[in-house]
Amino acid sequence: MSAERPLAGDLAREPRPRVVQLFPTCLVNELVPEVGRAAVELLERAGVAVELPAGLACCGQPAWNAGFVAEAKAVARGTIERLAATQGPIVVPSGSCGDMLVHQMLELFRDEPRLAATARVVASRVVELTQFLAAVAGTFHLAAVPGSFRPAVSRGADAGVDGNSPAPGETGTSPPPGRTRVAYHPSCHLVRGLGVGGEPVELLRRVAGVELVPLEKSEECCGFGGLFSVKQPELSGAMLDAKCRALEASGADVVASCDSGCLLHLAGGLARRGSSIRTCHVAELLAAALPSAPPPLSQAPASPPAAAPPP
Amino acid sequence: MSDSLFRARVRAALADETLHVALGRATAQLQARRATAFASLQDPAAVRARARAGKLAALRTLDLQLEEFERRLVANGITVHWARDAEEACATIVAIATSRGCRRAVKGKSMASEEIELNAALEAAGVEVVESDLGEYVVQLDRDRPSHIILPILHRTREQVGRIFERELGVDWTPDPAALARIARERLRERFLAADLGITGANFGVVETGTLCIVSNEGNVRMSSSLPRVHVALLGIDKLVPTQDDLDAALQVLARSATGQQSTVYVSLVNGPRRRADATPPEEGPDEVHVVLLDHGRTRTLAGETAEMLACIRCGACLNACPVFQQVGGHAYGSIYPGPMGSVLTPTMRGLADHAELPQASSLCGACKEACPVGIDLPRLLLALRRATVAEQPIAPTLRLALRAWAFVMARPRLLRLLRRVARVVAPHLARRGWLRRAPGLLSGWTAHRDLPLPAAQSFDEWWATRR
Ligand code: SF4
Repeated sequence: MSAERPLAGDLAREPRPRVVQLFPTCLVNELVPEVGRAAVELLERAGVAVELPAGLACCGQPAWNAGFVAEAKAVARGTIERLAATQGPIVVPSGSCGDMLVHQMLELFRDEPRLAATARVVASRVVELTQFLAAVAGTFHLAAVPGSFRPAVSRGADAGVDGNSPAPGETGTSPPPGRTRVAYHPSCHLVRGLGVGGEPVELLRRVAGVELVPLEKSEECCGFGGLFSVKQPELSGAMLDAKCRALEASGADVVASCDSGCLLHLAGGLARRGSSIRTCHVAELLAAALPSAPPPLSQAPASPPAAAPPP
Repeated sequence: MSDSLFRARVRAALADETLHVALGRATAQLQARRATAFASLQDPAAVRARARAGKLAALRTLDLQLEEFERRLVANGITVHWARDAEEACATIVAIATSRGCRRAVKGKSMASEEIELNAALEAAGVEVVESDLGEYVVQLDRDRPSHIILPILHRTREQVGRIFERELGVDWTPDPAALARIARERLRERFLAADLGITGANFGVVETGTLCIVSNEGNVRMSSSLPRVHVALLGIDKLVPTQDDLDAALQVLARSATGQQSTVYVSLVNGPRRRADATPPEEGPDEVHVVLLDHGRTRTLAGETAEMLACIRCGACLNACPVFQQVGGHAYGSIYPGPMGSVLTPTMRGLADHAELPQASSLCGACKEACPVGIDLPRLLLALRRATVAEQPIAPTLRLALRAWAFVMARPRLLRLLRRVARVVAPHLARRGWLRRAPGLLSGWTAHRDLPLPAAQSFDEWWATRR
């Protein structure tokens, strides 16, 4: 379990790391950059300087989970070598990529001692974003999400295209003003791989205007599973339907999670069903709750500001 | 079984509304009961660890343990037979039956006997077989196959069972489980009294004492193993635990994981035939006890990366916890052992070539590993089999090519940036409201059920560069 890993334990102690490396993951980098931007904002508000190691793409997980070792290695090698050349915690805004770095890499490179050693060093530095944020939560302030909080789920939002507005004829009740009903989807590799259970929920609870609604069978897989979703479309689709039904029954306006793969899968399925439920990375929700005028980074408080709610 | 055949079964199962209802009801209830049952243990993790340690200890020196077990069995007056495969096992049991003039057999639930298709072999030799476990009895009446290793008719609603009884036994239709059980018991009672051969499996073989342990909730196992004059127990060579202590831990987790009970209603310990036929009061038990130790591919499982799988105590918890099993039930797997445990066991025991689709039937969500009372890392084993599939089996060339191309691009950040720019020009022409509804090639598997997002107008690293 991650709780026993040295890093996760160390984070709760002083002195806290001043610099972290962000591994944005390929999905965030290419498809949902808003998640990466939110992560940067949150980390900086927590008084941490963020660095982006050059040349990172993907952790190799899609190939590894499909059994393609050579392809996984080709991608993963560069990633761990580049990460190993940096210093400080490696923050990952994804449970499954985190699990890949923490657990799977060691198995992937088990027959290559040099890379296995590199993988071990990297693994010991990896921390999932909400795990990191929860550990340093006292150092930044979360206020309220905007009353009409509507996360971007579709591309084109930046370009001002109305790609993320509801489709015509879309039904669904709108939230009471000033409240956003959020169902949290604990993704499998985050919970069962990294052992990160309560942290994201704890963070979401600190946000005024967010009402966490219970989700039936919340810890059940949404059916994404990487290439599983394209190789076993029927199974994946049936699991997706079950999750979408549970989400609809929960009355949530937004489903939040720490894995962009699950979220894209859910968003794609919800869009296909014409549902009004939006998907959103936990980081986006938290970033939306940051007070709009941040203190400049250099003056970021090292101890909790007086106004901060108790963790 | 080919991948397309597997997917056809999956589609059929998904289209079956009644199946969906039956599966939903049963798996939810089983999971809830299991959680409650484990909560009653003071230190669940410790008991699980003990159960695991016992099974692994037996596997580590399996050859020696088996020899010792045989010695103890023989000392207890039990005849031991070894069967390399299904054919040998069936031939052995048929020979025991025919040489002793047995014509009517009652059977306790045994997955190993399903593996070797024992009923067909016995019937071909003129031995009538009746299943005495209620679920297996229904399966036999319906000429069906079990869909779950603990609850053979998990795929049936009680309404359906009523129809089967109505059709096969000529009784009035009823969906009342108690009434159905009563009808079955009446029929089975006659068969028990007339039976001259009892066949059972065994949950555990205790090496230090040469004891067989068989659990059940219906008492049928006890009758199958003690009423007929000959008792044959068929067990896989993976069923050993070294000591009574190991047995104790294993029983504690088995009952809780399988049915959510503190303990099963009947725990039969078989220590051999009755000693004296002329004792007063007359001793209970059969005149002869035979143990058939079955390999049937288990040594193959043991030899590979998947050896840990043989620690399985067949509790079925990983089936109930599996979101894939919950959607399609056991039959879709086309394997005697369904669910995550079957997706490891069957390909390793029976060969990957014919079962390469099974390790793919998982999203690797880890619910099975979490549920497994002996801590088998099923996702890790499924991954090992996926790697073996890629290395040894013909793989769809499109997938291989696609992954190669993907790896080529992902390992070259500059090429990735170039392709990203191309995608930004092309994709919007195919999209509607920011989503692609249909995509070519591999991605069609995605768009069959969900829309596909377009690449971001500005990637994260591009945004990062503008900040500096
Ligand atoms: S693998 Fe584990 S959970 Fe599944 S049947 Fe075997 S012992 Fe039970």
